[in-house]
Amino acid sequence: MSKDKSVPAIRQLCVGMAVSIVIATGAVVSVQNAAAQNRLEEGREEFRQMATVLQHPRCMNCHVRADFPRQGDDRRRHSMNVTRGPADRGAPGLHCSTCHQSSNQAASGVPGAPDWHLAPLRMAWDGLSAGELCRALLDPARGGMKPNQFIPHFQTGLVRWAFSPGAGPHGEMRNAPAVPYERFMALTREWVERGAPCPDQ
Amino acid sequence: MIKLNVNGRAATVDADPDTPLLWVLREHLGLTGTKYGCGIAACGACTVHVDGGAVRSCSFPVGEAKDRKITTIEGLSHNRSHPVQKAWIAEQVPQCGYCQSGMIMAVAALLAEKPRPTDADIDAAITNICRCGTYQRIRKAIHVAAGFSQ
Repeated sequence: MSKDKSVPAIRQLCVGMAVSIVIATGAVVSVQNAAAQNRLEEGREEFRQMATVLQHPRCMNCHVRADFPRQGDDRRRHSMNVTRGPADRGAPGLHCSTCHQSSNQAASGVPGAPDWHLAPLRMAWDGLSAGELCRALLDPARGGMKPNQFIPHFQTGLVRWAFSPGAGPHGEMRNAPAVPYERFMALTREWVERGAPCPDQ
Repeated sequence: MIKLNVNGRAATVDADPDTPLLWVLREHLGLTGTKYGCGIAACGACTVHVDGGAVRSCSFPVGEAKDRKITTIEGLSHNRSHPVQKAWIAEQVPQCGYCQSGMIMAVAALLAEKPRPTDADIDAAITNICRCGTYQRIRKAIHVAAGFSQ
């Protein structure tokens, strides 16, 4: 008799435990989903801050959708009819290195950094929103870089130049991005670690 | 002290590495064929060759010239026999002449890379300024020099 009475009780207990497990698992999954969403949103916000650097004239003037570089904060066409050339390094006979050397020149005010050149046309950023820029960077056909390649690229002398652009020919200091270099690199590392999510806009 | 190779000769100069090459050429080495124009790498009067490529020497730090081959207008040829020099004489290109050493060096660099330049190639490469406005004679002489080079 006692055995027969215990069966429903055990059955009830098992059902109760199963329901509890399902509810608990659901709660865990829900918490995990919320954490993942937060992580993605934090990553998107990090990229929005990165974009303020990438969309600064110091970067945009050479990530240009044109057959010539631009210059200045007003992004005017580069003076002296300078052109992109077949290899993004100027025209035959008038390469970027004709005037731009490996460092800023105090005497002439001509800016310089190692390997001074234009970004290829496929990496032009003119007119892109932060979200569009993010997706362009990650698109193999445009940016062509995997997330883990951003850090080495941003450590090159040419990218670092944007944060120390020196003075112009009349001694006026060029504007640098508002986000300092070390902060920019930290944002990039965190963004990559979060899976390089892109803002919608 | 910085060791240089200028027009095939070794030279040692006592200059700050940031000193523009133009100053070293003119003031230290007495090679005054290369001219000072604008001082901001825009006019091209100071053009010389570094490892064969055109360089605006007013904006080229002498420290970067170490172990590289520098050629000035004095070293382009020993007897004015370079095709560009011959074409310049044939077409009587210069008027006042101040910009012409830089112009000739720029054209020599262009022809080394592009032996038969089109007018568009010339427009893209020869951005040097001539205040006498000898541009039409310059263009004609470049085509003549290209013919001499063949």
